[in-house]
This record gives sequence, C-alpha cells and structure tokens, in this order.
Amino acid sequence: MKITLRDLPCALLLLVLTAPAFAHKSSDSYLRIDVEQAHISGAWDIALRDLDFALALDADGDSALTWGEIRDARARIFDYALSHLRLLTGAVSCPINSNDVLIDQHSDGAYAVLRFNAQCAVAVDTLGIDYQLLFELDAQHRGLLRLTANGTTQSAVFGPDTRVQKLSLGTATAWSGFRGYVQLGMQHIAAGFDHLLFLFALLLPAVLRRIDNTWHSVDRLSPALIAVTKVVTAFTLAHSITLALAVLGVVQLPSALVEAAIAASIIVAALNNVWPMFSEKRWTLAFAFGLMHGFGFSGALTDLGLAREQLASALLGFNLGVEIAQLAFVALVVPTVFVLRRRVPYVRTVLAPGSALIALLGTMWLLERALDISVLR
Amino acid sequence: MKIAFHLFATLLWLEPAFAEPFLPTDDTLVLERTSITRRNPDDARLIAMRTRLSQLPTDATTAAALAHLYLQRARTQSDPRYLGYAQAVLAPWSTAEQPPTEIQLLRATAAQSLHDFDTALRDLDMILQRQPHHAQARLTRATIYQARGELPAARADCEQLAEAARATIAQTCIATVDALSGHAGRSYARVAALRAQLMDHDGALAPWLDGLLAEFAERTGNHDAIAEIHYRAALAATPDDAYLLAAFADFLLDHARANEVTELLRDKTRADGLLLRFALAKQQLRAPETTLLVATLTVRFAEARARGTALHVREEAMLTLKLRNDAPRALALAQENWQAQREPADARILLEAALAAHQPQGAADALHWMERTRIEDSALRALAARLNEIPA
Repeated sequence: MKITLRDLPCALLLLVLTAPAFAHKSSDSYLRIDVEQAHISGAWDIALRDLDFALALDADGDSALTWGEIRDARARIFDYALSHLRLLTGAVSCPINSNDVLIDQHSDGAYAVLRFNAQCAVAVDTLGIDYQLLFELDAQHRGLLRLTANGTTQSAVFGPDTRVQKLSLGTATAWSGFRGYVQLGMQHIAAGFDHLLFLFALLLPAVLRRIDNTWHSVDRLSPALIAVTKVVTAFTLAHSITLALAVLGVVQLPSALVEAAIAASIIVAALNNVWPMFSEKRWTLAFAFGLMHGFGFSGALTDLGLAREQLASALLGFNLGVEIAQLAFVALVVPTVFVLRRRVPYVRTVLAPGSALIALLGTMWLLERALDISVLR
Repeated sequence: MKIAFHLFATLLWLEPAFAEPFLPTDDTLVLERTSITRRNPDDARLIAMRTRLSQLPTDATTAAALAHLYLQRARTQSDPRYLGYAQAVLAPWSTAEQPPTEIQLLRATAAQSLHDFDTALRDLDMILQRQPHHAQARLTRATIYQARGELPAARADCEQLAEAARATIAQTCIATVDALSGHAGRSYARVAALRAQLMDHDGALAPWLDGLLAEFAERTGNHDAIAEIHYRAALAATPDDAYLLAAFADFLLDHARANEVTELLRDKTRADGLLLRFALAKQQLRAPETTLLVATLTVRFAEARARGTALHVREEAMLTLKLRNDAPRALALAQENWQAQREPADARILLEAALAAHQPQGAADALHWMERTRIEDSALRALAARLNEIPA
C-alpha cells in the first residue's frame, strides 16, 4: 500500500469516520495557485483553529466555531489573509480579489477555503510570492504551495526564513518559449520532406549554366552561390509572407488545396530541370511556389492554438527555425553538387534522373493529396 | 467526551461533502472546537496575557510568562502548535546574542522540543557560562546530551547539578545516565530509595521518578510486574503525559496485551505517537480498521514531510517497519533518526529494521553504541544476538 499526498482527501475521509479526534500537528496552510497568462486563480486552505487564534472568531466564546460565525467574519478573514499575501510579476503586484469561502477537512480539523483571483499586468513568466501569514503568531507555521502553470505543477514551502520566493513557470518564460518555436520550425522542415524536395529540385541546376539550350557546368563557385542565394532568398521571402498572413488570420486557404499545390510545385520544379521553362529565372519559381509553402508551414503553428500575446514570438521563432534547417540543407547539397558537376557526366547521371525521380515523387503526392488515396506508405 | 461525541456526530452528518470543499447551509453547524476559549479561566488568563503583550511586545516579563504557558501546554497536550506560538512570542529576541536569561532558557526549551538540539545547546551553553549554577539550564542540557547518546557529557552536567539543585534531582539525573551505561539495576535501587523519601509536597517529582523506575525495571528484564506497578503509579498522577503513555503502551504491546493498549489510548490519538501505538494494538488484534489507521498515519507523516519538518522520525520508522512492512525504507528512516537521537528506543527500531531488512551492517552504529555504553537492556541484547546470527 502506498499513499501519497494526492490521495489525501480519500484517506482523510476514512480518517474522519474512524479516528475519534483530529491530529495534533503544527500549523500548515495549503495554497493552490493556477496561472494562465496574466490571470491567476487560487484557493487557500487555512485552519479554522489558526484563524480563530489570529482573529478570535468564536464570537460567543463557547469554544464551538459554527458556520454562522465563519460566514459573518468572511470579510475579516479575507482582509487578514490577503493582507499577508502578495503575488508579483517583477516588482509589480497583481491585485487580488476575494471570491467565496468554503469549508474543507484536513487531518487536523476544519479549514476555511478562501478562493480568489488575481490579475497581473502582463503574462506571468516568473511569479513572485510574498507570504506573511501567521508567522508573527506562530513561528512554526508553514505555507505549502502548489503552483500549476502550463500543465506542470511545482511546490514550495514558505516559512519565517523563506517568506519571499520567486517561481519560474518553466516553459512559459519568453526565452525558452522562443527557443521552443525555433525548434518546432527546424523539426517541421526536417520532417516535412516535401519542402526540402522542392528546394532540392531548384538547387540541382545551380552548378550549371544554360547557354543555347544546353547545360554547361560553371567554372567557379561564385556564380553557383549567386544562383543559390537568389533561389533561397526568394523562397524564404515568399513563405515568410504567407506564413505570417496565415498565422495572423489575414488569409486562409483550405489545407487540401495547399498540400496539393505544394506537390505540384515539386513536379514543376523538377520538370523545369529537364525541359527548362524558367531557365535562369528559377528564383521566380521559388517565389511563386514559396507562397504556397508558407501556407503549408502555418498549419504547424495554428494547430497550437496560440494566444495573441505569443504570436509575434512564435512567428519569429518558427520562421528562424525553418531558415536554419533550410540553410543547413543548402550547406550540405551545394558543395556536393559543385564537386560532382565535373566528376561525373552531371546532366545525364544526376540532374536528369534526379529530377525525374523528384517529379515522380511529386506526382504520387499530388495524386495522394488530390484524390485522397494512399499511393506511398 | 461529550464534545468528542458531538464532533463525531457532526462529522458523520457532513460525510457526503468530504471529498471536496463544500459550502455549509446550516449556520449552527459546528465546524471546529477552538483550543483556547475565554470562558475557561486558564484560557482567559492566557488571553489577557496575549492582549498585554500585543501592547508591549518587547516586555520580557510578560513574554517569558506567556511562552512558559505555551510550552507547558505543548507538553501536556502534546500539541506542537503551541511550540510555534511560544517561539513567536520570543521572536523579538530570536536573534539577540544575549537575551535575558529567562528568555534564552525558554528559547532553548522550544528548540529542544522541536528536536533542534544544536540551537538549544548553543543557548544553554551561554546561560551556563554566565550562571554555572542555573539548575534548569543544567538539567535541560543533561537531558539533551542523554537524548543524543553523549553520556559522559550528560553525567558531567548531572554531577554539577548537585551544587545547584536539590540532591534528589541531581541523584536522579545521575541514575538516569548510569542506567544507560550498564547499571540499570543499581540505578533502580538508587531512584527507588529517593522515591521513598519524597515528601507529599513533591507531587511534581513523583511521576517523573515513577516513570524512570518503570523503565529501569523493564530494561533489566524479568521485572515486568514491578515495571507495570510503576507505570500505573506514574500515569495515575499524570494520565495525559504522552511520553509515559507511549512507553507504557510499548510495554503492553511487547507482552501481547493489545486490548489494554486500545483501552488506554482510545481518546488520546490526536498525537501521532499515540495513534501509532493504537494502530499497532489493532494490528495485534487483527482488527479490520488497522488498514484505515495505517492510511491515516501515513498521511500524517507525509504532511510533516511536506512541510519540511520531520519531528517524529522514530515513529515514522516504526510505522514503516511494523505496519507498512517496508523494511529497507524503515532502515533508512531509523538510520536518519539515529543521527539525531540515541536513546534505547532509537537503538531498538534501528536493530529491528536492520534485522527485518537482513542488513546487519545497517545497524552497526547502534551495535557499537551498545558495546561502548555497555547498556543493560534485555530487549536490545536479544535483538543484537539475533542480528549477529545473520551472516554479514
């Protein structure tokens, strides 16, 4: 048999029904705080015995604390408790508003459950808690905190020597949140094979130059790099624009259409290598279809259901992640094809068959997405 | 008892709402009994003192009187909330290097009660440097040394007491230390003689001596009937003394007299240590409510851990070993406890846990301690013998 604090209510139920009296223990209060952005809701269990010691609640002095006596003293209880608790973001207090008073049982007797709300000026990254309850009357009093934010719960104990504590809300800090979005962007590129394939198709001919309808390999790296830069910049610019528009809700396209268009973009880019239509102007192709890819990226972010305050940081971080992953891919591909361009009969063994393969893959994706059938598994 | 019944009835009535916080609908519903009420004359005096002190928080005389009252209640009711109250009253002097002696002594007593022995010793050392003949400080320090198993230091303080306090107190103090050092029989004889000489007006001393005589008789083995007579005499004078109740309950449990334990402790289970003995008795009787009592105890000790103070580690180890059957965890707790307290009961739980966990080396410290002190204690000797049979 293993019993944890979480089983408390159940075990207490048993206790109260079987044990003849409550436990003698040192004074504890139980403070539960839930943080959501700038909003805080809380419930604070304080022993009636402690409140009586501080406020003399037993109005008729008969040693029995009745619900009537507690209810009549509701305002005094809240004033007393809330004047001994401050919640802060940075140095700014979050004003606390009292809610209702309920009653609960703990192992040493009945507790008042004070429910409250607080509103901070900004979304909470780090919550400062200044806890002063009862220490002036009971040096052994402790405040046991359970703080929940972003799906994680942490605990802390407040004592006379640890009255003020700052609790970082984990994933919610601005920097770690931003890092998370960067990571998400990188993952999205690495896992979403179609974006890379489109880029790959556009990069394959970057080490060649088309003169009089035939391919010639470039002599030096610089013309290849210029071509790559044009393509990558155009692609980045285009998908950044539509990504922002989609995430901000300005333009929205049905995802089926976007997915099909992305598949089509791969086919066009690949076929362009075999039957050049855009020739040396592949950046226009990158730009035009990049707009579609931007809509494709947006799904990953809109799925998160982001709050307005997070949008800017999310967009910036995600886009940065996409660009990092994309540049890493470019850094891998471009040197490779530059070396290969004269080692092998490049057009015959790399460009033509590679492009054909990419076009084939694109076609299968297109069919799959347009007809909603499964060609590739 | 009537109050307890009323409370119990009230709680039964509330039962459906227990799982969650609830909003009572009846204004006359009694939710709690206050521990201090102005209709009680003793409490009224206490409340008046509080009021006076709130107007003059740095008045040492009032603060000392109130802290003294709180500490007394903490002991007689074994309610640790009063320890915190006492410390709060003494707070204006909490960091003072040289507070008034009376205040410093109370500060040390509060720390001792919370098992913060280092803090208590620091204050007592300072008092005794200034006033070597301060009897109470001397006796309290001897008690702490004894609890920590520092017997030569304890005995030295007891000897010093002879100059500061009545001979009875000094000699009893010495006998107590000697009883831990292989002379339980001799100590019994000496304290029995002192007990016989007590005058009627020594009412406060009698139960102390009776309790010690019971322990000495129990430790020497074969004198159980005599031990029981002394336990009953001590309890007749101080029926609510939690320390005595626990010791007598352990005695009865050792002799498989669980029925008498449940009778003895029936309405005294607010203290964790006594609820533990109550549960052990229920277990001996194979009573179905044992499971519920164990759950309750587990919650109580978990709460103490959650707040960061572990006051009753010895009892926590007993619960873990005897009622939850988790020998390895119990051994770890008993070892933790041994670092803070080194009395026979602390040695006993450590030996028992090591035996159950089949880890004789886990109790090595206690075995060395037994050798060094040559303590005379039949229960400990028997356990040590069984431990030595386990191949290391």
